[in-house]
Formats: sequence, C-alpha cells, structure tokens
Amino acid sequence: MSLSSWGVALLQALLYLALAPLLAGWVRKVKARLQNRRGASLLQPYRDLYKLFGKEARMAHTASPLFRAAPYIVFTATWLAASAIPFIATGLPTAAVADVIVIAGLLALARFFLALAGMDVGTAFGGMGASREMFVSALAEPAMLMAVFTLAMTAHSTNLSSMVDYQLLHSDILRPSYMFALTGLVLVALAETGRIPVDNPGTHLELTMIHEAMILEYSGRHLALMEWAAQLKLLLYGVLLVNVFFPWGMAQGIHPGALTIGLLVVMTKLLLLGAVLAASETALAKMRLFRVPAMLNLALLLALLGLLSYVILEV
Amino acid sequence: MVELLPLWSAGLAVGLALTSALVALFSGRVVSLLRILAMPLFALAGLAALVAGLSAMVQGDILTAQLPLGLPWLPWRVRLDALAGFFLCVIGVVSFAVGIYGGGYVRGLEHGRDSLPVLGGFSGLFLTGMLLVVLADDAFMFMVSWELMSLSSYFLVALHHDQAANRRAAFLYLLMAHVGGLSILLGYGVLAAFGDGFAFEAMRSSELTFGWASVAFVLAFIGFGMKAGLVPLHVWLPEAHPVAPSHISALMSGVMLKVAVYGFIRFVFDLIGEIHWQWGVAVLAVGSISALMGVLYALMQQDIKRLLAYSSVENIGIIFIGLGLALLFLGTGHKMLAVVAFVAALYHTINHALFKGLLFLGAGAILHSAHERNLEQMGGLLRRMPWTGAFFLIGCISIAALPPFNGFVSEWLTFQAALQSWQLDSGVLRSLIPITAAVLALTGALAAACFLKVYGVAFLGRARSRHVRRARQVPPSMRAGQGVLALLCLLLGVLPTFVIALLNVVPQQILGQGLIQATSQGWLWLTPISPETASYGAPLVTITLALMLIAGLWLFGRGIRRVKRCDAWDSGFAPPNPRMQYTATAFAQPIRRVFGLLFHIDEGVKLQPDGRRRYQLNVNDRLWELLYLPVARGVERAARQVVRLQSGNVRTYLSWTLATLLVLLWIMA
Repeated sequence: MSLSSWGVALLQALLYLALAPLLAGWVRKVKARLQNRRGASLLQPYRDLYKLFGKEARMAHTASPLFRAAPYIVFTATWLAASAIPFIATGLPTAAVADVIVIAGLLALARFFLALAGMDVGTAFGGMGASREMFVSALAEPAMLMAVFTLAMTAHSTNLSSMVDYQLLHSDILRPSYMFALTGLVLVALAETGRIPVDNPGTHLELTMIHEAMILEYSGRHLALMEWAAQLKLLLYGVLLVNVFFPWGMAQGIHPGALTIGLLVVMTKLLLLGAVLAASETALAKMRLFRVPAMLNLALLLALLGLLSYVILEV
Repeated sequence: MVELLPLWSAGLAVGLALTSALVALFSGRVVSLLRILAMPLFALAGLAALVAGLSAMVQGDILTAQLPLGLPWLPWRVRLDALAGFFLCVIGVVSFAVGIYGGGYVRGLEHGRDSLPVLGGFSGLFLTGMLLVVLADDAFMFMVSWELMSLSSYFLVALHHDQAANRRAAFLYLLMAHVGGLSILLGYGVLAAFGDGFAFEAMRSSELTFGWASVAFVLAFIGFGMKAGLVPLHVWLPEAHPVAPSHISALMSGVMLKVAVYGFIRFVFDLIGEIHWQWGVAVLAVGSISALMGVLYALMQQDIKRLLAYSSVENIGIIFIGLGLALLFLGTGHKMLAVVAFVAALYHTINHALFKGLLFLGAGAILHSAHERNLEQMGGLLRRMPWTGAFFLIGCISIAALPPFNGFVSEWLTFQAALQSWQLDSGVLRSLIPITAAVLALTGALAAACFLKVYGVAFLGRARSRHVRRARQVPPSMRAGQGVLALLCLLLGVLPTFVIALLNVVPQQILGQGLIQATSQGWLWLTPISPETASYGAPLVTITLALMLIAGLWLFGRGIRRVKRCDAWDSGFAPPNPRMQYTATAFAQPIRRVFGLLFHIDEGVKLQPDGRRRYQLNVNDRLWELLYLPVARGVERAARQVVRLQSGNVRTYLSWTLATLLVLLWIMA
C-alpha cells in the first residue's frame, strides 16, 4: 500500500463529501420535474449547508453535552463508513481498514448517537423519532448484512474492494443470488436513508416523521452537520448499490486517466439511480409505520434467499 | 521459581479471597471493617488472579500441583493451563473492579438493615468457589467448588430476604442450581465410568462410543447451560441476578456465567475426546434462540437490573453461537475455522464480563444515589452523575456491538467464522449457518435498540421523579471501579491484535492449533482468516474517528465556545414537561407489537374501585406457562400421591424403610 494509494483514498473520501449534496439536489430536481414544477437549482443543498454553517447554533436548556457532541460523531462515523466504500477505484487501502461489517457497524454507531441526540432534550417528538428509527433499523440491519454476506460468500471476502474485483472478473455469470441480494438491498437502502415509502425527508408533518423528528431541536452548524451526514448516507447507499452490483467502469488502479473515467462512469450511474429513486418516490405513497416491518421482512427474506441460493446452488 | 509464579499467584488469590471472607465476619462489630479491609482484600484477590491468569497465558505451560485436601484415595489436584489462565483473568479483572467499587458501595449499606458479615463473608466464599472451579483438575474438587460457588451466591441473592419476591427468586435459583449441578455430576459420572477415575487426566484418555459421548455431552450441556442461562433454562437468571446487591450482580452476570462457560469448554472441548458435528448443531440452535429471546425480553423490561440480566442471556447465547460453530467446524474437520470461532467465543466471554460488569456497577451507582431501579422514574442522570453517565455510555456502546469498542470485535470475529460456512461439504449445514448469522445480526441490532432505550431514558432527557432529580455523584471509589472496566472496554476494542496474540495459546493447547495468521500483518491489522478474506484495522478506525472529531470540533466548535440556550422547540407546541417524554415502555412498543407472538402480553384498562381507569401492561416470559408450570404442577401432583404413604404410624414407616433396604440390597447383589 503505497503513499499514492492512500492519497487517492483521501481524494475519494473528499469526493464523497463534495458530491453528497449534489445527489440530494439531483433527486429533488428530478422529483420536481416529475411533479410539473421547475424545482430549486441543483446547487440548492450546497447553499442550504452554507447558510446553516453561518447561522448561530442554539441549544435547549435541557440539552446535555452529548447533544453537542452528537452531530460531530454522527458526521464523522458516516463519513468514515462512506470513505471505506470503493467510489471511483478498487484496491485502495481504506477498504482493508474497514470491511463491510465494519461499515455496517460505523453506520450503526452514527445512528446510535443520532437517536441518543433525539432523546436528549426530553421532548415527545425526539423520543418518538428515536424509537421509530431504532425499530426500523433493527429490522433493516440484518437484511442489509444478509444481502452483503451473499456477495461476501461468493467473493470469499468481506472486503468490499475484493468483492467488486470479483464481480468485475466474473461478470459473465448471471447469479440468482445476486438478484435476490440486489432486491433486498434496494429495500433496505430505502428504509435506511429515510426515503418514501418508509420516511419522508421532505416533510415535518408530525405523525409521519422519523429522521426529522430526531433532529428537530438542532440549529445552525449542528443542523448542517446532521443534514450533510444524511446526504452522505444517501450517497453511500447509492454507491454501494451501483458499485457492488454494477461495477463496470471502475478504475482498478490509481492511474489518473482511469480515475477520471471511473468518476465519470460512477456519476452517470448515480444520476440514473437518483432518477429512478425520484420516479419511485413520485409514484409511491408513504406507508403506515406498522406496514414497514412487512417490507423489511420481505427484504430480509429476499436477502436470506439469496444467501441460501448461493450456498445450495452455486458453491 | 518464576515458572511457578502463576500457581503461587493463584494460590495467593484464593487465600486473599478467604481472608476477605474471614475479615468480613467481624464487620458485625466494627461496621467499617468491610469497607476498609474486606473489600480491598477482595480487590487484591482479583488482582492476584489476574496476575496468575496473565502469567499462565504468557508462559503457555501446564502447571499442576497436589493439595493436602480431599479424600484419601482422591487428593485434590489443581492444574493451571492456558484455558484456566484465561478464565482466571476474566474472574480477576471483574473482581478487582468490584473490590474497588465495593468499598464505596457497602458504605451505603452500613446503616441499613442488611447483615454485613453475611454480605462480605459470602462474597469472599463466592470468589473462592469460582477460582477453585477453574483450577480444579478432578471432578471431585470441581463439584465441591462448584457447589461452594452456587451456595454462597444463593445466600447473596437471599440477602434481602425480608421481601417475599426475593425469597422466591432465591429459592428458584437454588432449585435450578441443584438440578444443573446434578446434571453435571451425572455427566462426569459417564466420563469417569469409561475413564476409570475422577481425575481429569483419566477422563481425557477415556474412549467413548458416540452414544455414550452424546449422553455425557447432553448432560453437560443441560448442567452448564442451566448455570449459564441458556433458553429455555434461563428463567432463574432474570429473577436472581437483580435481587443481589449490585456489585454482586456484576459478579454473577459478569463472572459466574463465564465459569459455566468454562465448565462447558473444559468438558466438551477438553475431556470428552472426539467431537461430533451434531453437537455443534444443537449448541448453535440453542445459542441462537437464547441470543434472540434474551434481547427481546431485555427490550421489554423496565427494571434496569432485570433488563441487564436478560441481556446476559443474550450474550451467553452469542458466546454459545461461537462455541457451536467451533464444534461444528471441528466435527467436520475444519480445524482452522474452528479456531476462529473458538477465539471469537473466548473474546466475547471476556468482553461480556467487562461490559456487563461495568453496566451492573453503573446500575448500582444509580441505585446508590437515586434509590431507583425503575427506568420509568429516571431521566436526566447524565447531568447529575457525569462520570457514571460517561462510563455507562461506554458500556452501552460496547454491548451494542458498535465500533470501535470491544463488543464489536467479537461479533465481527463470529461473523467471519460464520461466513466461512461455504467450505462445508453438507448443503444442510451450509444453509444452517447463514440463518444463524441472520439471527446474530438481528440480535445485534435489537441490542442497540435496547441499550439506546436504557441510556436515553435513564441518562438523557429530564428526571421523571423527585428523588431522581436529587441524585448526586457517587464516591470516587465507585467511579474508579467503573472507570477500570470502561477503559478496558476501549482497549480491547482498539487493540484486538494484542488480545488475540495473548489468547492464541488457549486454542493451541485445547485444539492443537493457534490463530497465528490473525496477527501476521502487524498490530494494526486483524486478519483472522487471511488478509484477502477480511481485515479490520481497529486502531486506524479509532485514530481516524478521533482525529476527524477533533478536527471537526476545532473547525466548527472552536473549542468550548458557549452556545446560547433557549426553550426546546418541539414543533412549536406548549413547552414540554417531563411527563411528555417517551417512556421506556413507549420506546419498545413498536418492537413489542412486531414480535408480539413471542411474549405473553397482558394489556388492558382496568376500572379501579374509586371509578378511575388504569392502563396496565404486563409482558411475561411465555416459557413459564409452556414449560415450567406444567413441571411444577406435575411435581405437586406426584407429591400428593406420596402423601398417601404418610399414615403417621411409626411401624408403617419402619416397614417401608426395611422394604427399601431389601430392594437396594437385591439390586446391589
């Protein structure tokens, strides 16, 4: 692992930071167009973040020091998890530092502090958001792990970079297990990133809130970090989906030309994925909270089927 | 001399524990004796055990000695190998922290009604029993020490015997401990019959057929499983553990359950001989069910100590998942994978001892200063007890298996072992293990929800009752006891390679192979199978997290810039009051609804005599009515039949005695 590959890994981590608001803006834009609105500019999420960082942060009287530390922990844990996922190139050292189970663990750490922050002020909405978030994630996390375990068992490695390499090498085979895992992971990604039909990021309507209820008490730079972390998480799941299942075009070294191509290809894939997400959010309605377990059980079942079809059919 | 250090140190530990018990006997007269002398001696005993265990593991030799005790033809033999050394470490480190903590904790009891000699005396005997179980080298000494451990802990559970519920819990504990003890005794009986003798050496050389070996295995699994609290033999655990004083609860949940794990490992991996994969399937299934049921029941509790006790069931389940995988891989001839699973189980053993000890000490601190065990009455404790709050947070993060703390490492290792199931030949086993992995993932996520509930309701938000609002900081010794364990939770999470390098000698001695490849890439990288398969750079993750946090705080927080305070926003409704907060019950409600079939839920609105309506909710263990009540009823019915013999006439009794004697003589002849 040379110094230059660490450099590329750092660059990749910074790319995650820089591009996360763009994906959120793109999804919003496409959604607006589908609803016959013009929509805000693609750069609006950047402007929002800039505005929030400039504003004064306020805290409730009842907030503890944990409330203040939580945005930083949530943001760093999410960012660290994201930077371990191959974005434009495989074979980078960050993938060896944190394999896919560690990534799931870091996301869980971020979620833990997000929910703690929700409960900290002692408001009814905060507790409600925290309870629902843990409820949804308790059902989504096993499904996510099962889906990635399908790939990990196939590639004989939990290292995401090796998994992508394996997929690039054996891309001529259509594996039923991958189909199951992909469908399962898509459902999980919808739940984990708080999109319709599980949660609606665009509303503050009390009875349906999950993520927004937890960050209700935040303002200023704290809120900015929380929002940015949520955008990072959306990008993270998007990259996970497109790069693990459709890795073609990724750079397999640190050659500048290959990296540029890798970046362009992954951005195209993400734009497509974002458009699909926007279309599905326009077409679908939000579910009742107690319908969500059915959806996540389906995701778990699909992922487990993928794993079983691998160990039974494909070994 | 140096090579005998482990044995001498272990002997010193036993001696110190006994002295602590002896000193405590006089605390009836001089009340402060327990605090000033007995508890420090207890801590020193723990330290000596820790030294003994560490030095035994570093040396890697097997040391034996013969004690001038026991029966004429069966002297007590002690043996200190790496496995015993590891468990001495587990016992020692928690006992050390408990000894430090206990100094402050028993001060609160000095003016109460509790009998201090009973508390201190049986604490010392309890520790002695646990140390001797681990050191024993023959079944006789093992059983005597085992009973010493069980009985002394019974008296500690029954310490507050003025309440009927506590007496009931203690009786249940005694009953289950004896059924379990009987089962273990019978298991040793099978081995002794084939091995010609009660010494472990003789049992090791015995050769059992598959049938008899399975009988011995089942007996040991039931006996040790009952002590460890595996579902469905766990019902005594959530009753008995919360009732004892909190530092004893820490010992019982953190250490005594591990002694049962030790017994299981010694019996199955060391003594029985050849291992069959069918046992692995049984252990794996029971472990998975325990893990899932344990955490689901923990989520439903409102009593913080009861919740922690149920969570012990969960963690013991995770340990047995690791052991089951190890048995399965051993039985199918994949030794290297078995070592990975075995090390994962050992790692989780010490982890659980550390964080469960820490959490029970934290619960004790809350009990000490707020006099409250019910989560629904707590809230806002972080601001009143910042140190306890910080340590408790570390415990919660560790037990929820979140990086970079220790719980994550052992769960990661267990996942890595489970993910190697593609190497197995049998399709059934290959598909069984992924289901276990799914259960483990679900358990981990539910554990996070459970401990988020505990921390969020107890330490965050606002106090829900007056006495909790008045809670104060606990004395320094209690904080230090928690601090030791919290620090170790962090160290074992950040530096797993050092821990595994030390642990390596245990599988080397027991299974004949170590986990050398795990640390082959330097101390930064944990690679249990190979660097290509999986790697985890725990120190790098931690350092990066810390650096990024510091950078973030420096960039945006500018040190400790004051943030202006205002009222809570809460969507602009009326200012929230403490009663509007989410309660523990409310927090768990969605999960209760989804997993409702697994609980026995009694929910309804009852009309009070004064015309007011009251909402009631009881969530009970379904196994009580399915398994235990029928057994209890059967025993009662059988007892009623026996009553017929009870005529009150001495001559009838004598003739019964004579008849029994004759039958026995006939059987013997």
